[in-house]
Amino acid sequence: MAEEIQGTEKETAMLEVRHLKAGYGTLKGFVRAVDDVSLSLAKGGFLGIAGESGCGKSTLAYAIMRLLKDNARIESGEVLFKGRELVGLPESEMRKLRWAEIAMVFQSAMNALNPVLSVGEQLSDAALAHRPDMKKKEAMDLAVEMLELVDINADRLKSYPHQLSGGMKQRVMIAMALMLKPDLLIMDEPTTALDVVVQRTIIEKIDDLRKKLGFSVIFITHDLSLLVEISDTLAVMYAGKICEYGRAAELFESAHHPYTRGLMNSFPTLTGPISRMGGIEGHAPDLLAPPPGCRFAPRCPKAGPECSAREPELVDMGGGRLCACHKPEVSNA
Amino acid sequence: MIRDFFKTLVSNRKSLVGLCILGFLVFVALLAPVIAPYDPKADRTVTIKPLTEADRTEDELSSDTPADDEDLSTYRVTTTQDFEKHTKYFPLRAKPSAKHILGTNHAGNDLFSQLVWGSRTSLLVGLGTGLFVTFISLTLALLAGYLGGAADDIISFITNIMLVIPGLPLMIVIAAYVTMKGVFPIVLILGLTDWPYPTRVLRSQVLTLKNRDFVRVSKALGEKTSFVVFREILPNMISIVMAEFFQACMSAMLGEATLEFIGLGNLSVVSWGTILYWAQTNGALLSGAWWWFLPPGLCIALMGTAFILINFAIDEISNPKLRRR
Amino acid sequence: MKYLLRKLGMLLFTLFVALTLNFFLPRLMPGDPAQALLGKMEGVPPEQLDSIRAAFGLDTKDSLGVQYWHYLVNTAKGNFGVSFSRFPMPVADVMRIAVPWSLGLMGLCTIISFIVGTLIGIAAAWKRETKLASFTVGFFSFIRSFPYFWLGLVFVYLFAFKLRALPLGGAYDTDAVRGSWAWWGSVLQHGILPALTICMSSIGGWMLTMRNNMINVLAEDYITVAVAKGLSLRRIKSLYAAKNAILPSVTGFAMSLGFVVGGGLVTEMVFSYPGVGYMLLQAVNAKDYPLMQTIFLFIAAAVLVANFIADIAIMFLDPRVRDGAK
Repeated sequence: MAEEIQGTEKETAMLEVRHLKAGYGTLKGFVRAVDDVSLSLAKGGFLGIAGESGCGKSTLAYAIMRLLKDNARIESGEVLFKGRELVGLPESEMRKLRWAEIAMVFQSAMNALNPVLSVGEQLSDAALAHRPDMKKKEAMDLAVEMLELVDINADRLKSYPHQLSGGMKQRVMIAMALMLKPDLLIMDEPTTALDVVVQRTIIEKIDDLRKKLGFSVIFITHDLSLLVEISDTLAVMYAGKICEYGRAAELFESAHHPYTRGLMNSFPTLTGPISRMGGIEGHAPDLLAPPPGCRFAPRCPKAGPECSAREPELVDMGGGRLCACHKPEVSNA
Repeated sequence: MIRDFFKTLVSNRKSLVGLCILGFLVFVALLAPVIAPYDPKADRTVTIKPLTEADRTEDELSSDTPADDEDLSTYRVTTTQDFEKHTKYFPLRAKPSAKHILGTNHAGNDLFSQLVWGSRTSLLVGLGTGLFVTFISLTLALLAGYLGGAADDIISFITNIMLVIPGLPLMIVIAAYVTMKGVFPIVLILGLTDWPYPTRVLRSQVLTLKNRDFVRVSKALGEKTSFVVFREILPNMISIVMAEFFQACMSAMLGEATLEFIGLGNLSVVSWGTILYWAQTNGALLSGAWWWFLPPGLCIALMGTAFILINFAIDEISNPKLRRR
Repeated sequence: MKYLLRKLGMLLFTLFVALTLNFFLPRLMPGDPAQALLGKMEGVPPEQLDSIRAAFGLDTKDSLGVQYWHYLVNTAKGNFGVSFSRFPMPVADVMRIAVPWSLGLMGLCTIISFIVGTLIGIAAAWKRETKLASFTVGFFSFIRSFPYFWLGLVFVYLFAFKLRALPLGGAYDTDAVRGSWAWWGSVLQHGILPALTICMSSIGGWMLTMRNNMINVLAEDYITVAVAKGLSLRRIKSLYAAKNAILPSVTGFAMSLGFVVGGGLVTEMVFSYPGVGYMLLQAVNAKDYPLMQTIFLFIAAAVLVANFIADIAIMFLDPRVRDGAK
């Protein structure tokens, strides 16, 4: 599928994030979970964001939707949605935008569904909140329509969350996000708590709906293997920063960043020679006091003296690929 | 772990205030003999003054010589001394004055002394019952929660039933049949009616901890039950056990005051509750003697507030969501 | 349905336990209740004493089991014996006079305290950061540390004695004709202070529980989702937060009710309010065991029934309970 990648000046991107910094204020200091992140998503595109737990990807998602609460906040940067700046937008305006134009699909493992309301009520109130002229019956009909899109029977309208399986709950959440036919769908680990077979069906369903309804997707996961077939572009995050970014297909062919390679080695490919599986030693750094220079250096098999001295910047490697590494691997597989 | 808990407790402002109040009241109770100007049951001051020196006379009553080398005599010693006994009766139902800063009650007892000495009883009953209840409920909670099975079924069942039966009426009915000697019966009665709620709370905590990984690991390693219970589970429960302890103390204090007030406690004992009983039965309110019934209530409230503050702090420590943001 | 049957079963069983406790308690205690009664009746010929003994069911000729059976049968028939202190008035009649006053006072206060307390709790949690919220929490916590009866005393002192605005005690004006407007007016007037006393202390309990529940619920993920969906704050506060937060309060209703009832009893004693609590006090002082025991039974039964109603309410509020998930 032909896709546009960032950098084309021809049309306004669906979403543009510029130098975003966000995190959590703690007693010991500010934990910058999103540290100078920039990315771009074209209309109808599919951006996958991959990284370990704690790398800041969920914070990024919440920041874009301005859902950060309590001690979490956006420090600086810009988030342009269809050319409109979201950071600093008054909450009343943001509320109109949320769900109608940008919606989020939450993890089904989370307690994301209200236990005391039926599925129908939770689906329809999203619509009713944005369309005061809509009648309750219309909203319910819309809910049925959405449920059918995700292959859930209409009689589930009266069911309660505890009566649904994990896979069903996830599909309800997708239906819920699509109620107002938003232009952008942010999906935060939508398949994490599900078994492999169900994962597959959900991924296929998302792809299918995307083709049908034409929305753009940001798909966040720690499981890179999921993004192989469906992403257009891919961003790999580590310790609050993007370390590699580019067209998904090419990235899978030849990853430049050692971290990306490490992630690739962590799951087997169906084709190609059988090789020894790797992993990545060590664990992610403490974002309160990140290591000097490249944050991946302590775990990187290729790290050299300049890696811990100077932080690498995102460099254009050609063809729209960005990589933040002093010693990128520019060879195949 | 336990030391950390206490350290955090002291650093939290609310609990610090609470602990200070508690400390102050314990201090007063311990030093009651020194602080109180009079004995709480005294209704008079008696001063005895000798007027003259002791005059001693010896009178020989008889004299006998039973043998050559023996003398037997009887004599009488009479000591005469003049004393002056000044008895000053305390005024009855007196208003506060310099001599009696909180006035006196219907029998002439100094109310301030009663208040000070009363703190001993009230604190003893409060803290004693608290310990008693905590001990019972913790034991039952550990048995039910950790052992599970039949033990849990039985204990839970009894607890649930006892929970629904209202406490005060039950206390009243039991207390009505018991003759009070000292305060121990009160402690017993309060303890026997207050144990269900803490038991339930502690039991669910034990269950939660039992399923945590570190306990499972410990069991898998083959550690003895007593080890798992006392070294793994119990230390992690310290904050909730303390919270229940203070809660039990407070409800015991209120319970004791209520029982005494109704007239079911031991009325010969001096406690804040009995002061209120005598105040009520002697129409303190109707004669406007606010100095009689106001202070004891305030003291109870002060004690209660201390417990509540400490518990607020414990809540905040164990549930971060409740903390100041 | 299975849930309801189970709860009904618990209700009946607990009632049975209360009945049994009621029966065995006096018989386990040291001292002979008959002596107490007889002690008051001096100058009664001994043969009469025996028949009085029999009349009061203090006959120890029957075995314990038989006595127990008689007791159960009598209770079912509504025969609670004859009051010692108001001889020869049957206990049932004494109860009939006192019960409406208590039900009225405590029933009303419970409903008011629950509603007001819950609403304040929701507000206190929703607007956590404000000074008003902190003050409210502090204020009610402080009030809760006062003994119920002491609050009553203070109120009587302030409003009845000093300000002479409200009556000192009793439930109604004895001069007014019963049932007249003036009489109802006096009922209201006499009820204000006792009601204030009970409500003051019990509102705090419900308020604090609800506040804590709300704070916990507000941290849940489905609240974040609700905000993301762009729902109105009112809907989030009510159907998403409060509807979930209220569940533990309703579940624990019976226990909270126990406290309110206890406080209500003592308040009646302070105000000489002719309800069940006041009767209990008089019964205890007069060692009127039949009356005392029946009052205890009644209170226990009332609390159990209220608890059962709360169980039904939970069934409507929480769909998980309906499916027997709990």
